Amino acid sequence: MSSAESVSLKKRKKFRLSDFLYSLVIGIILAIFVIVTLYPLLNTLAVSFNDALDALRGGIYLWPRKWTFQNYITVLRKESMVTGLYISVLRTVVGTVLQLSVTALIAFVISRKNFVFAKPIAFIYTLTMYVNGGLIPSFLLNKALGFTNSFWVYIIPGLVSAFNMLVIRTYMNGLPDSLEESAMIDGAGYFTVFVKIYVPLCKPVFATIALFIAVGQWNSWFDTMLYNRMASDLTTLQYELMKLLSSVSQLSGDPNKSASAAESAQVTTTSVRAAATILTCLPIVALYPFLQRYFVTGLTIGGVKE
Amino acid sequence: MMEAKYIKKQGAGGITWKAIKKQKELVLLSIPFVAYVLLFCYVPLFGWIMAFQNYKPGLGFLHSKFIGLDKFKFLFVDNPDFLRVIRNTLAMGVINLVLSFTFAIAFALILNEVVHKAPKKFVQTVSYLPHFLSMIIVCGILQDALSVDNGIVNEILVKLHVLKEPINFLTYKSLFWWIVGFTNVWKETGWNSIIYIAAITAINPDLYDSAAIDGAGRFRKMWHITLPGIKPTIFILLLINIGNVLNAGFEIQYLLTNGMVQSVSQTIDIYVLKFGISQCDYSLGTAAGIFKSVVSIILIFLANSAAKAAGEERLF
Repeated sequence: MSSAESVSLKKRKKFRLSDFLYSLVIGIILAIFVIVTLYPLLNTLAVSFNDALDALRGGIYLWPRKWTFQNYITVLRKESMVTGLYISVLRTVVGTVLQLSVTALIAFVISRKNFVFAKPIAFIYTLTMYVNGGLIPSFLLNKALGFTNSFWVYIIPGLVSAFNMLVIRTYMNGLPDSLEESAMIDGAGYFTVFVKIYVPLCKPVFATIALFIAVGQWNSWFDTMLYNRMASDLTTLQYELMKLLSSVSQLSGDPNKSASAAESAQVTTTSVRAAATILTCLPIVALYPFLQRYFVTGLTIGGVKE
Repeated sequence: MMEAKYIKKQGAGGITWKAIKKQKELVLLSIPFVAYVLLFCYVPLFGWIMAFQNYKPGLGFLHSKFIGLDKFKFLFVDNPDFLRVIRNTLAMGVINLVLSFTFAIAFALILNEVVHKAPKKFVQTVSYLPHFLSMIIVCGILQDALSVDNGIVNEILVKLHVLKEPINFLTYKSLFWWIVGFTNVWKETGWNSIIYIAAITAINPDLYDSAAIDGAGRFRKMWHITLPGIKPTIFILLLINIGNVLNAGFEIQYLLTNGMVQSVSQTIDIYVLKFGISQCDYSLGTAAGIFKSVVSIILIFLANSAAKAAGEERLF
């Protein structure tokens, strides 16, 4: 914080014990925070590279005791996991491209200031953030539309999120109107204005929203369970991971879960589960350092107000 | 909802045939979007009819028998299950709300006290990471951490002599709500703090300087300037989240539950899934869903008018 910095600079000459203790306490609290956040992930990583039988003895913390890649090989030999990986990548790519394009276009349409239907359309979209039919009616609708056992259930029903649209609209509202006007004088239509002028200018907000959509697509599993449970060639990686993880929680009293547990009846060791977990969060963790600057800007663009 | 005022203001005068003709391209562009939102977001609302019918998929809406409020009577009068489910949902919703607010605000305040840029950036970057992991991964990691064999939590507690021997945390009814609450804290604290950190940057730096002249130490500056400075942000977020209290969650309870804790882990969403989808009682599932939607909307309005009465910022 610049303010805190300037004040502390003024005081640097005089060492005060109370200030030192204060900083120490702050440092300790944040160190604990970082450890609590990172330890479980690093521990899973270590276990995933450790020999499966050896890991059962326990005592593995941050470093594997007996190195092996066998757990990863075991996971990648499972056909269901490979199919899951393929479907997850596909839905993330297709979903992100389609959802972003459609959301951006509708945001563009309703951010045209003189468009007579802009406000009513914005209203019916905004209202969906507060009122919706709920699980059962949506489920029946999607079923009636033929979205069970279909890849498109991952894409179409969630094509436009009102929240993402409002974020993009807020950003577009901040761009000068003269851009549109001058292009229109040159004979461009609205669609051309959108593609040629707005898309390049909106790259920062698009990056943020694309990131949100992609993470959402990659992480979702409930739609798989609801609609594509029976289609083994359409299940996602997250869903396969859930089946793998729940195969050990034998106490499960849920009929859905025990059924899937029975499916993967062979014993899955902690190390194999760890390897599957690491593989599933790998894309996010690997891209995370590069992407993280986008979401903070995005959240502060649209999230704080509205 | 905040748009409603504007429509009235615009009135019928704004939308004329002449204007529509002039904006033919925009109108044509928007037709698919309107059709889309009507189909996927508004058509399901008609499904609410099911709650008042003995809906049979074979008969459809038109031929299923109307039974009035029987399904609601079943939920609230005839069996005690649903009342327990409401209790669980509310309890976990409130615990989540209180814990997530306290931790996010505390984290933002503490992080703000870090003077050096590099460690601050590092801690912040680490703090967002869990938000991007799926609940499946988070619950899997949690199950490992709480495990009876070699789970780190048991290991530490046994070493500290808090526990005599490792226990299976997830089978204790009294712990379940708190485990859910703290799992959410682990996943979302960093993420939730972003807004507060942004709000802190907007506080006028002169305030800190004058407080320093008055002899305030760092803690008193945090307590008397930073915290009041983000009060409006806290308030508006609280408002938004009160409407969400019944969305106490589905994923985490679904993934962590087991036979031993079912009586405290079942939320409204899980109940809807269990009866509505697994047992195909669409009418009962819809009735439970309607109850949740209606209560949520009432909560939003109550919170909003409470804010109005208190003279604070409002949502709409």
